[in-house]
Amino acid sequence: MAIEDEYIITIGLEVHCELKTNTKLFCGCANQFGSEPNTNICPVCLGLPGSLPVINERAVEYAIRIGSALSCEIRPSVFHRKNYFYPDMPKDYQVSQYDEPICVNGKLELPSFPKTVRIERAHMEEDTGKTTHVGTSGRIHGADFSLVDYNRAGIPLVEIVSAPDLSSADEAREYVSELRAILVSTKASDGKMEEGSLRVDANVSVRPLGTEKLGTRCEIKNLNSLRSLGRAINYEARRQMEALSAGQSIRQETRHWNEDQGVTSALRSKEEAYDYRYFPEPDLTPLDPDMDEVATIARALGILPPARRLRLRELLDGELTRSELEQVQTCVKFDLDEHVLDAVRTGVPARLALARGSNELASYVNQATVDSFEVAEFPRGKFIEVISLESQGKVSSTQAKTLLSRIASNHNEEVSALIEELGYKAASQDEISELLDRLISENSMEWERLCAGENQLAGFFIGKAMKITNGKVNGKTLASEMAARRLG
Amino acid sequence: MSADKISSNETRHIAHLARLALSEAEIEDFTGQLAAILEHAKDIESLNLDDVAPTRHALPIKNVMRSDEVRKSVNREEVLRMAPETQANMFLVPKIIGED
Ligand SMILES: [Zn+2]
Repeated sequence: MAIEDEYIITIGLEVHCELKTNTKLFCGCANQFGSEPNTNICPVCLGLPGSLPVINERAVEYAIRIGSALSCEIRPSVFHRKNYFYPDMPKDYQVSQYDEPICVNGKLELPSFPKTVRIERAHMEEDTGKTTHVGTSGRIHGADFSLVDYNRAGIPLVEIVSAPDLSSADEAREYVSELRAILVSTKASDGKMEEGSLRVDANVSVRPLGTEKLGTRCEIKNLNSLRSLGRAINYEARRQMEALSAGQSIRQETRHWNEDQGVTSALRSKEEAYDYRYFPEPDLTPLDPDMDEVATIARALGILPPARRLRLRELLDGELTRSELEQVQTCVKFDLDEHVLDAVRTGVPARLALARGSNELASYVNQATVDSFEVAEFPRGKFIEVISLESQGKVSSTQAKTLLSRIASNHNEEVSALIEELGYKAASQDEISELLDRLISENSMEWERLCAGENQLAGFFIGKAMKITNGKVNGKTLASEMAARRLG
Repeated sequence: MSADKISSNETRHIAHLARLALSEAEIEDFTGQLAAILEHAKDIESLNLDDVAPTRHALPIKNVMRSDEVRKSVNREEVLRMAPETQANMFLVPKIIGED
């Protein structure tokens, strides 16, 4: 029996989501990614004596949006100081919500498993500054130091904490990807991993099959893509299984994921690292959101992923096949549902739009972003232009796929110019007709056999036509022309 | 928590967390003071406060917020001048424990 079959994996995730406000959580400094170091700083976020923080009302609204989208209860909340000595916070504490978070008891549905994951809480806190370690030579060198940029210190975050309800790397990945889609739908976050808008920590434990008590967990940090998340969970679970099988015990600790080596390793941390000595932040007032306002915010939420999937499903008649359901999920996951809906509105058959969206577009988008949670974009107008031409038979499906791939690698390519360049200029009905005349006269035997019912010979003619035209003829159009001739 | 049981080692631990360098005499002194504070908390614990709502803030105020409008940041050079060491417009600090 493989070791994986002897243990049950339990995973809980903590997702930090940066809010898309204009300013920081407690001061008017710009919330802007990519600014020159230490340009968005002020006495409040530098923790200078005498400065006073004031809560950003939009950050609170965004936290309520997120909580509502995750079916949380929105509650009165209090900010605490989480004390620790580390230069990423110049105040030597981080302001966070501790025992009274703004959102509690929510849930998230995993579409494909299907499974409901409980959300224990979603609380507000401020982000820390960014430290860059600068080594001189080798690891154990006295001259090593770190550089600190406080532009990120104080940026509003919502930390979403799941219950330990996930039991595989695949479920964890789907949880994050569904959560990302929800966050983007609320417009409270852009969900961009590349810019650190979404950061994930995973709590992983294993226990022998047939036992109830959860094993000791390790927290894995530094998971900045869906791929890392899956790899790190599989590595860590396996490490714990092997340790337990060898009679060792698991130490509760924080571990760092090393993407290059594909391993987790224990962080050197002092035992008092968890001794944060929380106490209520006296400079901030409690939050007690008005329930009518909360209801208004919840009502104004954009259309959420489950409804977005339903909208796509309704484009198709009758019962959906397994693969069509997957196509629907893929389109929503990669933010391509609006592409499909718009295409259908312009008259493209739904099945074609869905297939091109979930196969071609999703794979380009996915390839472009394989190392992040971010979703790349694909110009919607050009997608519609290409598949409209395909549905009208003006380009073949192979040609349509080539056009989409060219546009994927360069969004500025114009469809008409590409058609010109690739020689996809659609043959007129006359040209098709002439071509077929020529094929019939050159292959009269085959044509008669085709007309007599040897349908497989249709492929023979299309092949010949492709050869003559260097693959530029639209096979579908030619096939229907042949069918018309045979009948007529 | 038992008020009379605070030890000088706990005081040392707390002082270390706050990066305070205390002399042995100060440790003894503060251990006594902390014990007195915990003793006072014990007095409050002995009262029946079932009808008293928890205090979330010293003042009866809530929801004090500001609008999400950008305000001018401080002058970077002025701030960096206050730092002991800088490099590339960033604060230079000693190597941080726990990082590779
Ligand atoms: Zn600031």
